[in-house]
Amino acid sequence: MSLKDRVADILGKDLVALNEFRGDLCIEVPKGRIVQVLAKLKEEGGFDFLSDLFGVDNLDLYAKAAKKKKKSQEESEDTGETKGKESVQPRFEVIYLLLSLSTNERLQVMVRVPEDDLELPTVTGLWKAANWPEREVFDMFGIRFKGHPNLRRLLMWDEFQDHPLRKDYPLEGKGEERHLNYDIA
Amino acid sequence: MAKQLETICITTGPVEVGDYVTLNIGPIHPAMHGTLRVITKTDGETIVSAKPEIGYLHRGVEKLGENLTYSQFLPITDRLNYCSAICNNVAYEMAVEKLLGLQVPPKAQLIRMIMMELARIADHQVCVGILGVDLGALTPFFYLIIQREEIYEIFEWHHGARLTNSMGAIGGVEADLPERFHEKWPKLRDTIRKANDETDKLLTHNRIWMDRTIGVNAFCADDALNWGFTGPMLRACGVKRDLRKEEPYLMYDEVNFEIPTGKHGDVFDRYMVRMLEMEESVKIIDQAYALYKELPEDAPLMKKVPKIIKPPEGQIYHAIESPNGELGFFIKSDGSDKPYRIKIRPPCYMVYQAFEDLVKGEMISDLIACLSSLNVIAGELDR
Amino acid sequence: MADWQIDLIKVVFIWVWALLIAVVMTWVERRASAMMQDRLGPNRAGPFGLLQPLADGIKLFTKEDIIPERARKILFILGPPLFALPAFSAYAVVPFGDKIVLGGKEIILQVSDVNIGFLYVLALGAIGVYGMVIGGWASNSKYSILGGLRATAQLISYEVPMGLALLTIVLLYGTFSLREIVLQQQGTFLGFLPNWGFFKQPLGFIIFMVAAYAEANRVPFDLPECESELVTGYHTEYGSMRLGLYLFGEYVNMGTLAAITVSLFFGGWGLPYVDMSRFLGPVSYGIASFFVFFLKQAFFLFLFVWVRWTVPRFRYDQLMGLGWKALIPLGLINLFITALLVQLTT
Repeated sequence: MSLKDRVADILGKDLVALNEFRGDLCIEVPKGRIVQVLAKLKEEGGFDFLSDLFGVDNLDLYAKAAKKKKKSQEESEDTGETKGKESVQPRFEVIYLLLSLSTNERLQVMVRVPEDDLELPTVTGLWKAANWPEREVFDMFGIRFKGHPNLRRLLMWDEFQDHPLRKDYPLEGKGEERHLNYDIA
Repeated sequence: MAKQLETICITTGPVEVGDYVTLNIGPIHPAMHGTLRVITKTDGETIVSAKPEIGYLHRGVEKLGENLTYSQFLPITDRLNYCSAICNNVAYEMAVEKLLGLQVPPKAQLIRMIMMELARIADHQVCVGILGVDLGALTPFFYLIIQREEIYEIFEWHHGARLTNSMGAIGGVEADLPERFHEKWPKLRDTIRKANDETDKLLTHNRIWMDRTIGVNAFCADDALNWGFTGPMLRACGVKRDLRKEEPYLMYDEVNFEIPTGKHGDVFDRYMVRMLEMEESVKIIDQAYALYKELPEDAPLMKKVPKIIKPPEGQIYHAIESPNGELGFFIKSDGSDKPYRIKIRPPCYMVYQAFEDLVKGEMISDLIACLSSLNVIAGELDR
Repeated sequence: MADWQIDLIKVVFIWVWALLIAVVMTWVERRASAMMQDRLGPNRAGPFGLLQPLADGIKLFTKEDIIPERARKILFILGPPLFALPAFSAYAVVPFGDKIVLGGKEIILQVSDVNIGFLYVLALGAIGVYGMVIGGWASNSKYSILGGLRATAQLISYEVPMGLALLTIVLLYGTFSLREIVLQQQGTFLGFLPNWGFFKQPLGFIIFMVAAYAEANRVPFDLPECESELVTGYHTEYGSMRLGLYLFGEYVNMGTLAAITVSLFFGGWGLPYVDMSRFLGPVSYGIASFFVFFLKQAFFLFLFVWVRWTVPRFRYDQLMGLGWKALIPLGLINLFITALLVQLTT
């Protein structure tokens, strides 16, 4: 049984989408069920190693797609009915890279996180390895992980306001500098 | 003001009342390689808690990657693990090649293998040497570092740089092995072995060294896997796992080598694993070089790639075994000439987050020994 | 010449000599370590880089003298001299040669032959600790205080085995005077060995040596400094010549300890099997005995360097364990056996 079928078998209804590219399997699962899905994959699927966890901001991707669509629509002079649908696409993705130590198979598990509900349950209960990566995702994208033992900024300093890996954050920064008010006696 | 103070308190943790001394080690401290910082609470010399704070060398590499073309990002990967820059280069190149669906010619694969193993030796030499320095034995460091300079000589002949190598290109390598390599390597092999031997003689069976390393922050395999350990750290815990064997890339499946493992995951095992791995790397280079010799001299070095690389839309993750463990690149492409998202999975990131578990209850001296044996490189930790 | 003039000359001579040894030792340390580590070492200033210590001294003197704002100023200033001076003073009882006849006057080559010779040495060694502790405390830095605390604990624990090892020597020779001890070590032991303390007290020598390394704060016992853990321990906050005094005091200390080792265990100025006074004139004998002593001392000084660049460092608890669990019991057993033998043979 191929990995694809096996995963589909284990997850059943929880499998929203499945995508394979250059041999890398990426599955999408519903946001609310992520912990259960990962636990199931860990217990039944043998994916017992969390390799990494990170976020992706799809803002530019959607903008580009919308532009393309608009262009093609303009070309075909079609009045846009689907325009409204574009905006409800969840902006962020969080990808969990799983690895099976026994079979050496890798699996990308993806959840989509909409901008108005930036919260995910933590998976630190399943893998301690998720500790810092979750903090980093919070730091870089502003996605909060419910139940995380120590959800603070990891790479940026605590007073930093923005989330730098979001696509709307400029490369040069917004002119923040670190101002710490120390009491100099 | 009050709010700001509050946030500062978050950085260092709430002030605990107790007979503990807060000792702030780093970011500027002789044993904090680069800019690491650990906030420890000590009871006498025993560590009650140790909180690593990272980010002092954060340069936004991933953000930079999204704004540079695929080829432009290559020199930035040097600055991740600067002790073995070639491994980063090759890992990135291979990730992009996977995205493009390319297969590089065998000669390029072998050159990459040889260079990567040389970089692995150099990295382990630095790690073992620094471990010695931090435990007070300065001399082995010099024996090893001299050999590392010789290795860097080869790098310089091949691609012109010693530390930040930027070796190769997407689709292959830019140059054949340098002429001088052919006579240099047999000599270098012997001197590397000799230096390792001398280090071994000075340290391994030294009573003080054994007292300082055996049983110091031992870690069990289950915990290590749960924390996401890879590489020598995991192997020291007794898990026989090496991506070169498990997911062979390049031509690693055509060479014979052993995976040295430890048992207890303590500092001594990590040291031994690294020492033995150097020997295995020498063997790999020998075999790869023999394979290289079989190829015709005018075999191609590069696969034809367009000047502007525009991979198809999609996302891939590719990992290799860097000296510190699994070094992975996740690249998401949107079909343009720049990667849409690059995520680097640095090996020591996962190792370092378990730092508190590793050193709790040990002494300050063990904290330093532990840190050196983890081989945490701030460059790839903070990115 | 009046006696006091001679004494003054001796004091000045030994002072300068001790300084010179310490200065040259800094150079030897760097060159020898370079030799051991496949490096060149300092070789630019003067022939073989011999003027390097001078350059270092000038550098240290001309550096800005910084006293941290929250340091205890008086104690901070007091620390380095308190560390360096006892080390120098201990030289006063070291017999660095037999005697020399100048102008019909017999001069012993020792500043003063006090009859409690090495009680004085031990006492001064104990005072030297205050230099470190005070320096560490006054700096008002956590690393410094840790270094100071380590220094206290280490030196106190290692003075006990050192004292025990020295007591065996007292039992053996029946005197506290270093000169007397050296004189008793001439000739042969069991017919074929030099009559040295080392052959009569091998265990005592080993205990003394280990304790001496701990007293001198050298690797493997350099925990008070311990540059990889405590930055540089008790002198983290020091700069310019105050730091120089600490570093310098360490070398003077080494010189003293090497000299005492030679006097107690290796027959001082005497050559084994050869009585130099028989075929050398009174003046040349004095000079020769001085050089014999110096050569032996130089060997032990080099041993300090050699050991430093060979072994790693102990951990704090292991150091304490070695002191209390190994050296002190050994010292006591050694003392008991020696006492028994002395009692039986006399």
